[in-house]
Amino acid sequence: MTKIKNIFLIFTVFIFGSFSLMAKTQLTVYTAVEAEDLKKYAATFNEDHPDIEINWVRDSTGIITAKLLAEKNNPQADIIWGLAGTSAMLMKSEGMFEPYAPKGLENLDPKFRDSANPPAWTGMDAWVAAVCVNTIEAENYGLPMPSSWEDLTDPVYEGHVAMPNPNSSGTGFLDVSSWLQIFGEDGGWAYMDRLHKNISHYTHSGSKPCKQAAAGEVPIGVSFAFRGARSKEAGAPIEIIVPAEGVGWEMEATAIIKGTSNLEAAKTLADWSISRKAMEMYNDAYAVVGMPGVAKPVKHFPEGLLEAMIKNDFEYAAQNRKDILAEWQRRYDSKSEPKS
Amino acid sequence: MKKSRDDYLTLFFISIIGIYIFIALAFPMYAILSKSFENKDGAFIGFENYQSYFENSSLVYSIYNSLFISIVTMVITISLAFVFAYALTKSRMAGKGMFRSIAMIPILVPSLLSGISLIYLFGKQGIFRELLMGYEIYGPIGIIIAEVFYTFPHALLIIVTALSIGDARLYEAAKVLRSKSIRTFFTVTLPSAKYGVISAAFVVFTLVITDFGIPKVIGGNYNVLAVDVYKQVIGQQNFEMGAVVSMVLVFPALIAFAVDRIVQRKQVAILTSRSVVHEPNESKTFDRVMFGYCSVISVLILTILGMCLYASLVTFWPYNLTLSLKNYQFDLMDGGGWDSYYNSIRMASYTAFFGTIVVFAGAYFVEKSRGLKTGRSILHLLSMMPMAIPGLVLGLAYIFFFNHPDNPLNFLYGTMAILVICTITHFYTVSHLTGLTSLKQIDNEFEHVSSSLKQPFYKTFFRVTVPISLPAIFEIGIYFFVNAMTTVSAVVFLYSSKTTLASVAVLNMDDAGDIAPAAAMGMMIFYTNAAVRIVYVIITKKILVRFQNWRTKTS
Repeated sequence: MTKIKNIFLIFTVFIFGSFSLMAKTQLTVYTAVEAEDLKKYAATFNEDHPDIEINWVRDSTGIITAKLLAEKNNPQADIIWGLAGTSAMLMKSEGMFEPYAPKGLENLDPKFRDSANPPAWTGMDAWVAAVCVNTIEAENYGLPMPSSWEDLTDPVYEGHVAMPNPNSSGTGFLDVSSWLQIFGEDGGWAYMDRLHKNISHYTHSGSKPCKQAAAGEVPIGVSFAFRGARSKEAGAPIEIIVPAEGVGWEMEATAIIKGTSNLEAAKTLADWSISRKAMEMYNDAYAVVGMPGVAKPVKHFPEGLLEAMIKNDFEYAAQNRKDILAEWQRRYDSKSEPKS
Repeated sequence: MKKSRDDYLTLFFISIIGIYIFIALAFPMYAILSKSFENKDGAFIGFENYQSYFENSSLVYSIYNSLFISIVTMVITISLAFVFAYALTKSRMAGKGMFRSIAMIPILVPSLLSGISLIYLFGKQGIFRELLMGYEIYGPIGIIIAEVFYTFPHALLIIVTALSIGDARLYEAAKVLRSKSIRTFFTVTLPSAKYGVISAAFVVFTLVITDFGIPKVIGGNYNVLAVDVYKQVIGQQNFEMGAVVSMVLVFPALIAFAVDRIVQRKQVAILTSRSVVHEPNESKTFDRVMFGYCSVISVLILTILGMCLYASLVTFWPYNLTLSLKNYQFDLMDGGGWDSYYNSIRMASYTAFFGTIVVFAGAYFVEKSRGLKTGRSILHLLSMMPMAIPGLVLGLAYIFFFNHPDNPLNFLYGTMAILVICTITHFYTVSHLTGLTSLKQIDNEFEHVSSSLKQPFYKTFFRVTVPISLPAIFEIGIYFFVNAMTTVSAVVFLYSSKTTLASVAVLNMDDAGDIAPAAAMGMMIFYTNAAVRIVYVIITKKILVRFQNWRTKTS
């Protein structure tokens, strides 16, 4: 009996022991930054601030946003670092952020900050929509190289295009909101109606269409430029296309969660997140960063990408997010219903 | 009559286990039920959410899709598993042990791994995609094949048990009466296995309708209820609607569960003390046919597993087929890296350890303690409930209940402990039944004798009950371990940055398009479970012999 008690005790200590605090300040950071970059982000930050340990919670934009909203009354995160700007605006309207003006705020492009003072969030960089085309598979199926969004509605591509579902993917949402801005509200939905006929499937994540294109699972994936560049680097036979009408883009943002118990550490990270060093780090993968004059061209990025970025109305996107998503779901989310 | 110390102790322990089940099951389920009647601000709005749910045609279509998938899978799995079980019990073919082990493989891997494998086999770049004759693997076809793979061993186990209790005296009678073998099959074999088959059918139905991993991976645009819950919560942050779909999902599962219970109650003991175990006759042709059939099924199962193994080792499918361990560099991918794998092992160990204690103690009090009849039947009823509750629903219910700021247990949220509690609850019922079955075999005289000798019940428990039941206890333990390693649905809403899990990593890596690493992580889970299983077999064979000597006759 006592033996069993002891074993029980040891296990209990073991379980709770693993949650016990360590000497460093632990900062829980929610993010949608690509998984392969997280180690680098934390390591670079720790070069300047070794006393703060980052615990990442990483998921796709929709999931992280849902998680944050779910935990609204009992936040688990201390700070978000690398979450879609429209999600940040949504959360700001729910009063979930601790407004804070990080050091060096004045160096930021005004587009890359919340207009309130002090701002609820600050921007880091922007990711840009692009289309990944698998050249080998395109040839197999005899597909011409598309050069515009409109091209993708050509019946020749029927069943050969994948795109992210805007309901779960931030990239998917930026695609949809950009089409609504490029073609106008009615034109945008009409465009998506035509595009929908060619869509093979909608994915939950924004990088998946491009990764699937890279693996030949689908010839064409609507995704974002950074993902395409990475896959190309990995040896995938893909071409990154910048549609002629212009491309949607979205920024990634940093914001401190209201009620965090690690406010000082969170502020330190917020300061660092808009520092020049951070901007240079973002620039490894992102062609556009929040601080003007820092960005250098990124390997494998298609030409003319920056010029093609549309004048994105984030307020419009954030305010109408819910209606747009509902309308999208009503129209397209039941694609493979049996014909009845 | 004066209550003895024993009675108070019993009452105390029953209450503790009762409270545990209330916290881990009843309260969270109440939380999700009431959430489905609330609006975003938490005000009660009656059936409004349900109304808007049924007005949304695409959501309602998922009900048909879910039922279609579940029923078709049920028919296919039961047919395949029945013949397989028939071969294992009624033939004298060679290699029974091997076939049995191979058939159990799907239990050791996360359900969605079969979906991943099918993508490599039949996807656009699949090796055998011509076999589909132009049909797409993404959609109902893929879901059904993967679900059959996933549910096959579950059905097989139940049907094998049902078939092996056939009474040899009936077969003898049939032979004496010169009944043709086909007639014997329909009049003797089938009736005695009837309840087992029905039970297996409902288990398969429930597993499929509540499974979320497979349709997520290979369902394409084919919506089913379980994925809808995920999409409502994760994609649209619509927790109330997620709760509504959850309730819709619980409904068919509850019906299947209730019908199964009623049917089981009708079953009279076929195996009486006078029954004679049926030994199949030798028939070369029949054995050969059965051997062939089992070989085909085994090859199919091994192909699905083997494809994952191969895919996980290929550098860049399909353009660079050189083998490498690149896909095992989990730290560069979504899902939490190698930490997830170690977390999963920790979580599975805790679940096995604490789960076995809670479940076995619970089963003991239900079966062996005296008095407190109502308390015991409530405990039993609660122990049967988790079977009918989909993991996804349980996980969501845990968010609503444990993450409520007014809940004093709030501190559990985001910890390893909540994952362990949720997993124990999710797999409670089957373990409870295993415990009960084993305890029923022990004569109650032990308790009577010890009580007349004025021994406290716990002495009997530790000196008699536990040693005798060790095989069942180990079985419960390994059942918890294996399932904790593979479960996705119950924990997908509950993991935190420090408690990412391997099975969830498989899902997230697939979600991000890193399908080869997802296959690799799935294989890591398989290796772990297989290793644990082998250790378990060695333990039961070698060490337990000492405790179980009395079971074999010495004369």
